[in-house]
Formats: sequence, C-alpha cells, structure tokens
Amino acid sequence: MSGGAVLATSVEQQEPRRGPDLPRAVGTSRATPYLLLSPGMLWLAVFFVVPTLMLLVTSLYTGSLDQGYTFEFPGHWATYSNALTEYWPQFLRSFLFAGLATVFCLVLAYPLAYFIALRSGAWKSTLLVLVIAPFFTSFLIRTLAWKTILADDGAVVRTLNSLHITDLLTWLHLTEADRILNTPLAVVLGLTYNFLPFMVLPIYASLDRMDGRLVEAAQDLYASSWAALRKVTWPLSLPGVVAGTLLTFIPAAGDYINAELLGTAKVSMIGNVIQDQFFVVTDYPTASALSFVLMLAIISMVFFYVRRAGTEELV
Amino acid sequence: MTMASRTGIFGEPGPRGMSRRRLLAAGAASAGALTLAPLMTACGTKPTASSSLAPDLSDTEHVVNFSNWQLYIDVDENDATKHPTLDGFTQKTGITVNYSEDIDDADVFSAKLMPTFKAGQDTGRDILVPTEEVGTKWIRAGFVEKLDKALLPNVTANLLDSLRNPAWDPDRVYTVPWQTGCTGIAFDSSKTKPVNTITELLTRPDLHGKVALIRDWRDTVCLVMLEMGVDIGTYTDDQFMAAVEVVQKAVDSGQVRAFTGNNYTELLVNGSVHACLAWSGDIVQLQYDAPGMTYVPPESGQLIWGDTMVIPEQAQHRKNAHELINYYYDPAVAARVSATVQYICPVKGAQSEMEKIDPTLVDNPLIFPDAAFLATTHTSRLVDEATQARYADAWTKVTGT
Repeated sequence: MSGGAVLATSVEQQEPRRGPDLPRAVGTSRATPYLLLSPGMLWLAVFFVVPTLMLLVTSLYTGSLDQGYTFEFPGHWATYSNALTEYWPQFLRSFLFAGLATVFCLVLAYPLAYFIALRSGAWKSTLLVLVIAPFFTSFLIRTLAWKTILADDGAVVRTLNSLHITDLLTWLHLTEADRILNTPLAVVLGLTYNFLPFMVLPIYASLDRMDGRLVEAAQDLYASSWAALRKVTWPLSLPGVVAGTLLTFIPAAGDYINAELLGTAKVSMIGNVIQDQFFVVTDYPTASALSFVLMLAIISMVFFYVRRAGTEELV
Repeated sequence: MTMASRTGIFGEPGPRGMSRRRLLAAGAASAGALTLAPLMTACGTKPTASSSLAPDLSDTEHVVNFSNWQLYIDVDENDATKHPTLDGFTQKTGITVNYSEDIDDADVFSAKLMPTFKAGQDTGRDILVPTEEVGTKWIRAGFVEKLDKALLPNVTANLLDSLRNPAWDPDRVYTVPWQTGCTGIAFDSSKTKPVNTITELLTRPDLHGKVALIRDWRDTVCLVMLEMGVDIGTYTDDQFMAAVEVVQKAVDSGQVRAFTGNNYTELLVNGSVHACLAWSGDIVQLQYDAPGMTYVPPESGQLIWGDTMVIPEQAQHRKNAHELINYYYDPAVAARVSATVQYICPVKGAQSEMEKIDPTLVDNPLIFPDAAFLATTHTSRLVDEATQARYADAWTKVTGT
C-alpha cells in the first residue's frame, strides 16, 4: 500500500520528536520514572497478581467447602480437564456471543463516532454526553429495561411478528417461537447495547484527533470520498477501533448478567457457569479453573489480535 | 419458616426450607463477590473452631443491623422506602434499624458469608433471615448464636404451637420464624385457561415457550417429584434424578423459556410468561395490580417452606437484635407485616389483629391457613452438604447448558 507509506511518514511528522535526545528536566533523577510507576505497580500487585495466584491455587485444591480444601503438590490438575470437557460449549458460546456483539457494536459505533467527531459541529459535547448518559443508570436496571422492551406482548415483538421478521430470525436459529426475550438474539442485543459506549468513545477519540487536512490532501490527489475513507480515515482510526473492540469483547465474553436476564436455559454463557459453580454448587476449584481458563483464553486471543492489528498503531 | 408436613401441621420431623431466589439483585451483588471469593477462600478454606464472642455493644450503640429478603416487610402506602413497623420499633425503643434487603438467594448469601463465618469474624449484621435449610447448615457449623429466651417473652407467648419444636432446631434454641409460604403454580387467567398440574405446565402445547420455572431445585424438582407420586419427605437420589430428567425434557422441547427467581412476576405482568412456578405471597401481592393473576396449589400438592431469624455468632448488637425479634412477635405488628407480604404468619393473635387492618385478609388461607389448606402442603427432607452439592451440580446443567 504505497499510499499507506506516504501517510505513515506524514503522521510521524505531525508528532514532535521524542527520544534520547530530549533534554532531561532539571532536578529529576533516574529513579523518577520508577517512583511514578510504583503506585500503579503496587495496585496491580495487590489487586491483580496476588488474586490471580490465589485463583490458580484455588483451582488446584481438592476437597469441598464443607470439609475444607487442601492443596497437595502438584495440585489437582484434573479439575481443568473435567471442567473443559464439561463446559467447552459454554466457552465457545461466550466467545461467539461476545464476537457478534463486538461486530454489531463496531457497525453501530463507527458511523456514530464519525458523525460526532467530524460532522456534529456545535452539538459535539451534547452528543458525547448522550453516549455516556446510559451510565447514569445502573447496568442491571438498563438490562432489566430490555425485558420490558422485548416482552412478548410488547410493541417491538408484535411489530416484528406482523412483518414476519421473527420467522426469519427463528429460521436462523436466533430466536424461538415468535419471541425475542429469552433467546440468543436477546443476549447478543443486550451485550451490544451495554458495551456500545466502550466502542464509540475510543473511535471518537481517534477520529477527533485526526488531522482533517490529510483527508483534504487525499482528495486533492484525486481520491474519491470512499477511497479517502478507506485509505486515510480508517487506518488513522484503527487505534480507536482496536481499543474499542478490546473494551467490548473482553467484558462481553465474561458477562453473565445479560445471559441470566435475557437468555434462557439453553444458551448460558461461561460467566453463568462460573457464578453457579461458586455460589450454588460451591465447587470453588471448578469455578476457579473455569475463571482461569477464561482469562488465559482472552489474553491469548487479545495477544494474537493486537499483534495482527499492529501494536505500533495503538497510541 | 416452618413447614407443615403431609400429615400434620407444621413441624413434623424434617422440615426444610425452599430458598427464594432473587436473581436480579443477586447478580449485582455477586458480580462483586465473584472477584473477591477466590481471594477470601484462599485465606480461610478450612473450617476453624469459633473464637470467643465479641462484646455486645447494644448498650452504647442503639442500632441493629437487619438483613432480609426483598418485599418481605410492610411498606408505607405513600413511600415505599418507609417501613412503618421498623419506625414503630425505633420510636418504642430508641434503637435505629439499619434494614437491608440484601438476601436474594439463600445459597448464594450463605456462600458469600461463609469465609467471614469460618474466619470467626463479624458479618456486620445482627439479624439474618435464612431459609430453614441454610439456617440448619449454620446451626450445625456453629455460625449462629443461641437465643436468650428471657429477652423474647412475645415469642414464648405467641409463636404458633405447631412451629415450636422443629426437628432441626428443637425448642427453637437458635431460630425464630419470620414468615412461612408455599410454592405452587401461578397463571394469568386473562391469557390462559387454568393450569392445575405440573404435567400441564410442562407439556401443554398452548403454553409452549410461555412457562418459567424456579431456579432453585428445592422448589422445582420437589414439585415435579410430588407430581410423580414421590414422597418428598424421603425421596432417593434416583427419584431426584428422574425428576431432573423430566424438567430437562421440558427445557429441550422449548416449553420452558426461563428459570427465574422472583422476577417471574415481571414476566407474568408483561405477558412473556403465561404460567409459572411461584411463591404464594408474590402472586397475592401481584393481584392488586393484575387481577388475572392466580395462585393454585398443584393437584399433587404444594410445597411449604419458611424463613427464620437468626443472630450470627459475632454480631455486635445481640441484645438489640433480641429486642427486635421480640417486637415482631407482638400480634399487632405481625399483622401489619402480613397485610403487606401476604405470607403465612407465624404469630398467634395476628388473625384477630388483622380484623382491624384489613378484614378481607382474615380468612385468606395463604396468610392464616386452615386445616384443608395445610392438607395440600408438603415438606421436603433436608439434605446434607455433599448431597446438596451433587444435586446442585446435576441441576445447574439443566438450568444452564
């Protein structure tokens, strides 16, 4: 992509040069960066590293909550194979639902973010506040509201029924028996709705910061609007897209509230299984093993994705 | 609660409670707990001997911390955040009540408190209202305190005789009933014709996709076992698994659309569900807004269960807690609670007090059950921890696959 190379150069030139030749400010020492980092690192150590290790240890326990758990080196690894054999469909379903929700979010969010960043004029702040407005209500209440919106006797479902759209959806196995609530579709819609702002905001930030003259330059060079969008705007907004998809996919894959409230027994996600194992079956090792596998799976997917997408783009 | 058994009125051996799952709020609460649980378990997973009692701060701190289920106490007609009987208690005794409706599911609630209990620490609560089964588990494990009967004269005088001596807590050493209720079938008579049996609920074609069941196996599986002719006071593993299989078939066929806590009320009201398993009091409360809502005991019998008040071991305001328990056994106070919550009232004399509050409720068998009503009720056996874990494991595969 020759255009890409030219653009990359121009992007670099916008940025002031940083690097070893930047003079060190008077009075700072070599220790300063570490001092600045230490609160964050301490936070991570106490609230991420230690709990993660405990999670790992708990997943290797044998015993029961009632009798007490014991850890015997090298741990009860069979919990992992049992849990995976038993619950792999829920894992797959979680990633599928989260993936669908991420795609829906991207399709909805990109035009919205584009409009807010580049075309909204004086309305920009208002529109941004509107994007964030759902956060003023609790996550739970917002999800519950969907039960009313998607109720069988509600206007939405009746309209879709009379247009025979539910028949099409049922044929696609997204819904069942002329209803939307308590179907896979409802869960994906709930996830899409709940995580949409996490997609809009990073894309908005990328587009807002983009130098509009680059698009003008592309058009001066006879690029059509579509070509300018594809070769200039989209690559420049990629950091936002990557951040947005991560912010959407990761929490959506572990979410269980949407499946709990909008789903049905046949479409539970891995979060529901973990919740049940912790609090109903009180099988802590299985619950911990599932949590740990979920974390590893997400980390490896993210790693792969970020490498493909190109980390240097993630400003 | 206490349970009636098949033969007699409340209190034959082996009563056991059904838990009331309040999933909505449970979700929110457990989202936080989920992240903390492993951390806490790693610190204290072995049962530890309980340490000595914390000092009672009742004389210096005029407060009592009371944790209960949602919609389980009277509310002011004009302000749903006010509870007249709690205000009355504060006026009478000068003790402020910190009332929280944070119990949504007895198993989940117990699982959340377990690390605190096992570490012998204060839960921050002075009165808890577990189901009988969870209460029994706590008694066995030594997590709740013996009650001081000298501080509970109203309970001694007014507790229904049938509730005085349950097998799992003889002489009520640790527990005092809060409310008792039943599990049966609810349907919306404006949308469907009557549903009288569990089999109809699980197979009738006109209800396809319009049925909700209760997420707690103690409600749903026990009612299915009753339908299969099993004595739920003595059922076996095989009978349990056979009933689970029946439910699984209903799920696979698409008849059952959801497993719910008490949020089946919304599904009924918005027309998404036409018939479901339900707790008696919830449906009676719904009838004020939606007259079509009907509660019926299934033909094969309904379940009866109860929730009990206990004082956790390291509670810091034990004397105040006793005072509050005693206060709710004043018949006039108990009648006010029953008039709102519509569950079975465990207090003698409340029926005549009800005359002054709402005469239409005096003869309501769901609040003041008569012998004919109680003859339809059954109590299931209590199961031990290992069995509970095995059953829950089989059951969660039906409710989430």
